[in-house]
Amino acid sequence: MKNLMVLGAGTAGTMVVNRLRRHLPRDEWAITIVDQATSHQYQPGYLFMPFGRYRTADITRPTARFIPDGVELVTGEIDRVVADDDTVLLTDGTELMYDQLVIATGATPRPDQTPGMAEDEWRRSVHDFYTSEGAAALAARLATWDGGRLVVHITEMPIKCPPAPLEFAFLADSHFRRKGMRDRIEIVYVTPLDGAFTKPIASRALGGMLDDRGITVETDFMIERVDNETKTIVSYDEREIPFDLLVTVPLNMGADFVGRSGLGDDLNYVKVDKDTFLSTRHDNIFALGDAADLPTSKAGSVAHFAVEIFADNFLQHIAGRPMTTHFDGHANCFVEAGDGRAMLIDFNYDTQPLPGKYPLPVLGPLSLLKETRLNHYGKLMFKWIYWNLLLPARPLPVPALMSMAGKDSQTSAQQGART
Amino acid sequence: MTVATIADTAVDLDEEGFLTDHTQWNEQVAAQLATNIGIELTDDHWKAIRFVRQDYEAEGETPTLRRVTNVAGIPTKELFALFPKKPAKKMSYVAGVPKPVGCV
Repeated sequence: MKNLMVLGAGTAGTMVVNRLRRHLPRDEWAITIVDQATSHQYQPGYLFMPFGRYRTADITRPTARFIPDGVELVTGEIDRVVADDDTVLLTDGTELMYDQLVIATGATPRPDQTPGMAEDEWRRSVHDFYTSEGAAALAARLATWDGGRLVVHITEMPIKCPPAPLEFAFLADSHFRRKGMRDRIEIVYVTPLDGAFTKPIASRALGGMLDDRGITVETDFMIERVDNETKTIVSYDEREIPFDLLVTVPLNMGADFVGRSGLGDDLNYVKVDKDTFLSTRHDNIFALGDAADLPTSKAGSVAHFAVEIFADNFLQHIAGRPMTTHFDGHANCFVEAGDGRAMLIDFNYDTQPLPGKYPLPVLGPLSLLKETRLNHYGKLMFKWIYWNLLLPARPLPVPALMSMAGKDSQTSAQQGART
Repeated sequence: MTVATIADTAVDLDEEGFLTDHTQWNEQVAAQLATNIGIELTDDHWKAIRFVRQDYEAEGETPTLRRVTNVAGIPTKELFALFPKKPAKKMSYVAGVPKPVGCV
């Protein structure tokens, strides 16, 4: 009997065990999945918590509910992977042997990595929304905030769900307008990038949306520290930005055990082949989802497309054959724009987000790089899809590899404007 | 992509002026690339640039700012002083290697 071990029962890990349990013969392969948490959170829901749409209970389900029969769920904290012995050690001393290992332990916000961030003002005037605790604390703060200077800030790329801080800024603008207090609030968007987003056409469209909403942008800002006394963020080149309320995306890092096991890069992301997700150092270790050092967005959509590619490849790999399907970095994200509208972006390693229709050419029904109400409902409906179709790895009507069908490669960013 | 002559050396450049073939690089090319962006190279600059090249050759990818700080031991603050505003981009430009992939 061989053992496939999956570390992490988040989006990628849960999808992998559901998909592979259907394909691996039960009399030949055992599957084990390990996670330290007993609950699973719908992470795209964090964005909506500060504005009161969801509370923690609305986005949380028991982990075990999504683990299929025939897969053993182990609850425990991972100490390290001893790759030379094909063994995973847990902090309680348990040793787990594997034949094939999939690391899917994701990325985590680490405010402790920036001096001053997780100190006196943390969860007072310095907030984040990348955990349910942080998003809930920010919701409480926003409910009583009487205005001032709101600074929305990204510490360093890469981050999970790269459009999320932009969406937060758009939703905050809309929220404060609805409450009739937008004129008492200045919103500043501070990014280490040289524009609003990472890819040129989308960056221009999204940058225009910030302008339209009177949100000022400070680019190329690499934070050195948060000054709790003066309530400013200070960059390495000594620029200072004062805040009354700082909503930051802390440094995102892979799990510490990845670093301890010698499998990671400087941010503990597992170094893998970007076509097949196989570790560059061990031929029976893979990494999927945010845990991998892939040069594409860290997002559930990427994990979903990647898992489909991975499942086919994995069956070839264990049969001793070369892996023939190559991942293209396919990502798509709904970007909330506020006022009940959203846009959708679809891209991969080589093609940046373009305007057009998705998933069907012309018919859509969703519009790419353009704000519509339907996209917003698509984003809200996605929560149901996540729990009921995505995690159980049931078929979704979207292809794993990106398609150019329906995309207008000639169109300039001007068409990303409001409809 | 264009072909240019920098410091008497034929080099291939992308649309942003980055070398597309790091083996065409030499120290005279580096000095000229640095001049293009208003930097006169000192020993401290060279320490960073040599690390970026060595690491690129060993790992197959351009090191991030974080990696230059962690592995070469040059504080981030110093890198901002040496290569103002955009140290990761400027170091890779002068070192003749691709821009770091950080932005996805």
